[in-house]
Amino acid sequence: MSLDVGTGKTTMEPCLESMKTASLPDLPYAYDALEPAISEEIMRLHHLKHHQTYVTNYNKALDHLRSALSSGDHSSVVKLQSQIKFNGGGHVNHAIFWKNLAPVHEGGGKPPQDPLSSAIDAHFGSLEELMQKMNSEGAAVQGSGWVWFGLDKELKRLVVETTANQDPLVTKGSHLVPLIGIDVWEHAYYPQYKNARAEYLKNIWTVINWKYASDIFEKHNRGLNEF
Amino acid sequence: MAIRSLASRRTLAGLKETSSRLLGLRSIQTFTLPDLPYDYSALEPAISGEIMQIHHQKHHQAYVTNYNNALEQLDQAVNKGDASAVVKLQSAIKFNGGGHVNHSIFWKNLAPVKEGGGEPPKGALGGAIDTHFGSLKVLVKKMSAEGAALQGSGWVWLGLDKELKKLVVDTTANQDPLVTKGGSLVPLVGIDVWEHAYYLQYKNVRPEYLKNVWKVINWKYASEVYEKECK
Repeated sequence: MSLDVGTGKTTMEPCLESMKTASLPDLPYAYDALEPAISEEIMRLHHLKHHQTYVTNYNKALDHLRSALSSGDHSSVVKLQSQIKFNGGGHVNHAIFWKNLAPVHEGGGKPPQDPLSSAIDAHFGSLEELMQKMNSEGAAVQGSGWVWFGLDKELKRLVVETTANQDPLVTKGSHLVPLIGIDVWEHAYYPQYKNARAEYLKNIWTVINWKYASDIFEKHNRGLNEF
Repeated sequence: MAIRSLASRRTLAGLKETSSRLLGLRSIQTFTLPDLPYDYSALEPAISGEIMQIHHQKHHQAYVTNYNNALEQLDQAVNKGDASAVVKLQSAIKFNGGGHVNHSIFWKNLAPVKEGGGEPPKGALGGAIDTHFGSLKVLVKKMSAEGAALQGSGWVWLGLDKELKKLVVDTTANQDPLVTKGGSLVPLVGIDVWEHAYYLQYKNVRPEYLKNVWKVINWKYASEVYEKECK
């Protein structure tokens, strides 16, 4: 930032010049690897169409943001926030989601070990109860959204939460760290399960990657002594 | 009208309030799924028979069922004077009641081609569209663009603002009826852009669904509503 002493104006160097564009992450497994829980058709559409569209539109919005900032068009900067939140959120959420899933032969569905396992029992009673809670909250989401299993870093506890549309978990609390997110937008299950979202939720647990959730939990747990 | 088999025939019954029960000092009415005015496959190729059947028999039926459940619970809560429960129920009432209201309008907004689906509006509504938007083509383009841009689930509407006496295009989220955008708004045409409305046929390509749905839009119904409100 430079201060023009003569006129009292400040100018901001364009801060997004070296901005990295987002790109579609590869899936860590084949498109049919999560069957029968999630069909290959869904995985292909979900990754190659839906997630790719969020990435493309996020990059476009950031590009517009760069232009708007450069020209000092603050009205446009504000107007772009909706696109950035929606598409950026879509990218963030789906990037987590692919890691939240794993083929059965790579540990998908295998219950978590300690310390996450004990923490789950302490907070929810049992893994079964956690799953039931997430299923019922996921089924009850009105419209499109996500159901999350998260860690509240500040309160040092595990939580179940939902977000609307493509809002990331952090919009529900900045200390919330997503451990598992389950997409309950209709595109996540419709070709296979039709309107039966509850059936999709029941089956998805067979491919949930608890290893990844444990890794995240342990990473954040290192600083917290109370679990 | 051609004779159709009982299994596939659906006749218009509209919103019905079929039974009322007396509970304490109040009686509540239950709502039922209105019949479709046409066969499930009658809107093909714009909207597949598979989608119409699931949309009507599963999605709309679920809204009706859950709306009735919520109203029953509301009745109990009101009778007990449990204001907290009354407030808590509003979300379920709005969502499911809205779903019922919106879909009941939607089935009337659609018609098979041979029954006038897609035929442009004439008379007063046709004139009003030209006045407010320039042409039907411009209106269609605007609604399609706003419908495609809707983030998440919702509806895109052509409505009449009774107070300002003008036509408007607006969107609502989830199952919010158009009236939530303004107390004087009357829905003329609503298009469901929830993924369940098109996914089985169009997959992620919502704009393609929006491009095609106009071929089965029932402008006759929209004109009737418009003329009625304009009296």
